[in-house]
Amino acid sequence: MTAALLIDFGSTWTKLRVLDIESGKLLGSAQGPSTVATDVNVGLDAALASLERAMGRLPTFAHRLASSSAAGGLRMVTVGLVRELTAEAARQAALGAGARLVGAFAYRLTARDVGEIEGLAPDILLLCGGTNGGNSEVILHNARALAESALRCPIVVAGNRETTDEIVALLSRDGRTAIGAANVLPALDTLDIEPARAAIRDVFMHRIVKAKGIDRAGARIDGVLMPTPASVLEAARILGDGVDGRAGLGTLVVLDPGGATTDVHSIGSGEPATPGVIRHGLPEPHAKRTVEGDLGMRHNAAAIAAAVGIDALAAAAGVTPQQASAALARIEADVEAIPATDNEARLDDAMVRAAVDIAMTRHAGTVETVYTAQGPVQVQRGKDLSEAAWLIGTGGAIVHARDPAAVLRGACAQPAKAMQLRPRAPRLALDADYLLYAAGLLAQVDPVAAFDCAQRHLRIVE
Amino acid sequence: MPHTIVTGVIGADTHIVGNRILSMALEDAGYRVVSLGALTPAADFIRAAIETAADAILVSSLYGQGELDCRGFRDLCIEAGLSDILLYVGGNLVVGKQPWDVVERRFLDMGFDRAFPPGTRVEGALAALAADFAARDAKGRASMKAALPGNGRR
Repeated sequence: MTAALLIDFGSTWTKLRVLDIESGKLLGSAQGPSTVATDVNVGLDAALASLERAMGRLPTFAHRLASSSAAGGLRMVTVGLVRELTAEAARQAALGAGARLVGAFAYRLTARDVGEIEGLAPDILLLCGGTNGGNSEVILHNARALAESALRCPIVVAGNRETTDEIVALLSRDGRTAIGAANVLPALDTLDIEPARAAIRDVFMHRIVKAKGIDRAGARIDGVLMPTPASVLEAARILGDGVDGRAGLGTLVVLDPGGATTDVHSIGSGEPATPGVIRHGLPEPHAKRTVEGDLGMRHNAAAIAAAVGIDALAAAAGVTPQQASAALARIEADVEAIPATDNEARLDDAMVRAAVDIAMTRHAGTVETVYTAQGPVQVQRGKDLSEAAWLIGTGGAIVHARDPAAVLRGACAQPAKAMQLRPRAPRLALDADYLLYAAGLLAQVDPVAAFDCAQRHLRIVE
Repeated sequence: MPHTIVTGVIGADTHIVGNRILSMALEDAGYRVVSLGALTPAADFIRAAIETAADAILVSSLYGQGELDCRGFRDLCIEAGLSDILLYVGGNLVVGKQPWDVVERRFLDMGFDRAFPPGTRVEGALAALAADFAARDAKGRASMKAALPGNGRR
């Protein structure tokens, strides 16, 4: 047995998973409070004490790796040129790096924009703009505006390559950290977000973790490698694509409805599954993450109710609108409340179904029939996930739902939403032990063990 | 640095072959080509031109609806800060048998720098581009000479 300790410094909990690298088995789980605001070690100690009680005796850990979504997550601002092009590519890179996007800007930054960015005080800013050999004026203008601003956070520069050195020099002149990376959109038909993601992760690991005080765990862990959403995306990526020595499961989607947001991860090319369909718009990331900031089971419960309509939500839950409103009021008063009554549990189920349904609508691509003089033509925007082999649910809201399969089915293709390229007939599974994040972390040091752990512990529901 | 040219077939038009041939010929001639392909909305030409700092947009239209699709194209460019970009249009631009000089006039009035009739060979378009870029570069050099020393703007 060789044990690895995988830690998630969350906003509410410090979670631990112990995985056996040799067998791929989950050896132990525990959690403690989140104490990032004071000293992460307090929560870590509590979690380790709980782990020791559960396991009898703590093994020697060959790896001790952590992810973090505490202290507000990785708060990022992106800046690009055209909203639909480099600004969108920048957004994709930031989301793929596990960031919490707090602002996305396009075109020339105005004084007001710069003021807004200063106010947002992000942890990292990602500056893009122009394809290689393309526009350089706007990114230079924006770099100068940022150089003169009060903004002190690290800046990752991933725009038109001709401007990168000049901009990095300009921005680092007064002690700011500026890091150059390859252009996120080197040509209009090529999205290349991996280098920017790697640069963001590097800044996160070496600077943000310290700035947020997560580094106080110090020598007790090998490192805080990435934001937790990035580790979930990593796990999805190794599961879907496979690793050296393990074949992947194919195109897959991971649904993660959380307290504040609903995340959707998809792994796959997203190319049209039907021949003759024309792709439009920016190329799509192979590993794509979308975050729905208005779909949170607790912090945004009212927004979910507003999106669906309180009457429809109540009907879906099988309660009266009055009962639904009362349950919503209770959630609003205490976002850490868990359902105490049958009606509240039903409402939670209806909300998670709605959140997952809406989030999938936004994540999946669409196909539209355009009538041309030569006859009807199918035009696809976004990723075609209709052939996805797996749909995996993670997080308490799905895993503890009364009928998790029904929640997952709600994210699949529906006759009434024929335009949406959602999974048609995927296998349905749950990350019942909440260890995708752990597998994503372990993948950084032992991809085969990580793959085995993630696959072995998928609970197949259909 | 080579000039950058955006190509594509505008509107609900799927005729891609001629546009492909044109794009390949432009590449062979040493231009940087950003090829948007068939079914391209006017706005996508503009977005691509901004991001790639294009010097020219070559719009193809073969299904007879080009006049509708191209209306306001120059205005869109002006709005997006591309007032000086070179604009060409070519193909079967209108339905029915209309005299070419009338059709050409109509597209020039819309703000296209040149319009090309059906059956134009790529050599024609390449020669026109070479001439227009040469004229612009000469003008650019003249205005640079006129500018004060130290002003490094193009």
